Amino acid sequence: MAVNANPHEEEEHNDSAIERSEEEQAAYDKAKNGEYVIHHTKDSHDFGFVTNESENKHYGFSLPVILYDEGFHFFSSSSFDHGHKVAKSDGKYFKLNSHDAKIYRCDEYGEIYESLKPWDFSITKNVIVTFLMCLLMFLLFRGIAKSYRTGLAPTGAAKFFEPIVVFIRDEIAVPNIGEKQSKKYMAYLLTVFFFIWFLNLAGMTPLGINVTGNLALTAALALITFIITTFTGNKNYWMHIFWMPGVPVPMKIILIPIELIGMVVKPFALMIRLYANMLAGHVVLGMLIVAVYSFENYFASGAFLGLTFFMNIIELLVALLQAYIFTMLTALYFGAASATAEHH
Amino acid sequence: MKLLEEFSIGLFFWQAVLFLALLFLLRKFAWKPILNAVNEREEKISDSLVQAEKAQEELKQMQAQNEDLLKDARAERDGLIKEAKETATKMISDAKDAAKEEGSKMLASAQESINAEKVTAIMELKTTVAAFSIEIAEKIVRSELSSEDKQKALADKMAEDINLN
Repeated sequence: MAVNANPHEEEEHNDSAIERSEEEQAAYDKAKNGEYVIHHTKDSHDFGFVTNESENKHYGFSLPVILYDEGFHFFSSSSFDHGHKVAKSDGKYFKLNSHDAKIYRCDEYGEIYESLKPWDFSITKNVIVTFLMCLLMFLLFRGIAKSYRTGLAPTGAAKFFEPIVVFIRDEIAVPNIGEKQSKKYMAYLLTVFFFIWFLNLAGMTPLGINVTGNLALTAALALITFIITTFTGNKNYWMHIFWMPGVPVPMKIILIPIELIGMVVKPFALMIRLYANMLAGHVVLGMLIVAVYSFENYFASGAFLGLTFFMNIIELLVALLQAYIFTMLTALYFGAASATAEHH
Repeated sequence: MKLLEEFSIGLFFWQAVLFLALLFLLRKFAWKPILNAVNEREEKISDSLVQAEKAQEELKQMQAQNEDLLKDARAERDGLIKEAKETATKMISDAKDAAKEEGSKMLASAQESINAEKVTAIMELKTTVAAFSIEIAEKIVRSELSSEDKQKALADKMAEDINLN
């Protein structure tokens, strides 16, 4: 059990470890395991692979930190030394709080000013992973696009990805939006589907990546869906919000606030659904992996190993399913925004 | 609200920037050419299918035409053969008729000449018989009237005949 457990926690309790009773030890292990799992679902300012707890050594690489606190501050995350050191930049002191993995202003002795939180635009682990995945997707799909220049029949990777592209067009976009209107939304639907799917799959690697299970990403995607829905909404769409056709006038008035709330709730639900599903998947997997190590009985460890494998398979399915659901619901909202009156 | 505390504006900013960049890059360099290629191929396939169907129909039509032509040709051939046969039989029958007519004509003229010959022969026979009769009668008369007795007997007899009348 030597992977990335919180070093700060370890340090605090190190001296009293021997004096703990059995019950206390159990409670301490439980808390430690819980923190270990949660820590792995969080973004971090360095890209760690392995941590040696007893020696407090971290193997990985540090990432650039970009802060805005009355001016921009750039430095490497190695200056924090995983929350042990105070980083000095342009006459200001910053410290990485290892409890919530956020950067705070502090004095030169490391006393944190809780109220002073700089704007953190650091290139974190999630940003790096997202960037690498974007790069991979761009190269992959540009390669596929290029492969069509030689002939119309799909070759290589196109053989695998073309049916998925066609599926999104024929089974998600066209039935929900309509053949003609769906054309302008295709680029977004395809990008969002593959973006979520690839990042979900990146989360399945043993690198402790959890990009799609982070509110920042799902919020960004949901906001873009909301903006596109709102700005491509036609007369019919706004009519259904502000003056619902086919119901009596008092109902029309009652429906206005409900529909307005619905406008916001729909993308909000998108945001929460993806976030909660991916986070929950990672937490469950993390717990199961912890369980494998926690038992001294080989049979129990073996059983949990099997269960972890089983959950992994399910998570692989969920990775695809959540991408599909997000794309599907986005298409549904676009369909409502661009539907013409004849559809009803 | 732990959820809000966890939310990082910086991460949100980078994710939005990266996603939008990816969206525009992929739209230009990947989705447009891929979807165009797929559309183009689908159109090509459906066009080809329509064309194949058309070609098949044309082939069927041509086959039907060919059959019609063959039928016509066959009918014409049959007609020609029939006509030829008819002409042949007609020619034969005509020839037969002509031959018969000629034959009967010849027969008739032969009969006629036979008849004429017969008549002349009978006439000749008659004249010859008459001449013989006259000669015989002359001889008989001469012998009858050679003596007085005989002349007187004759005259008597004749007179008797007259008396009797």
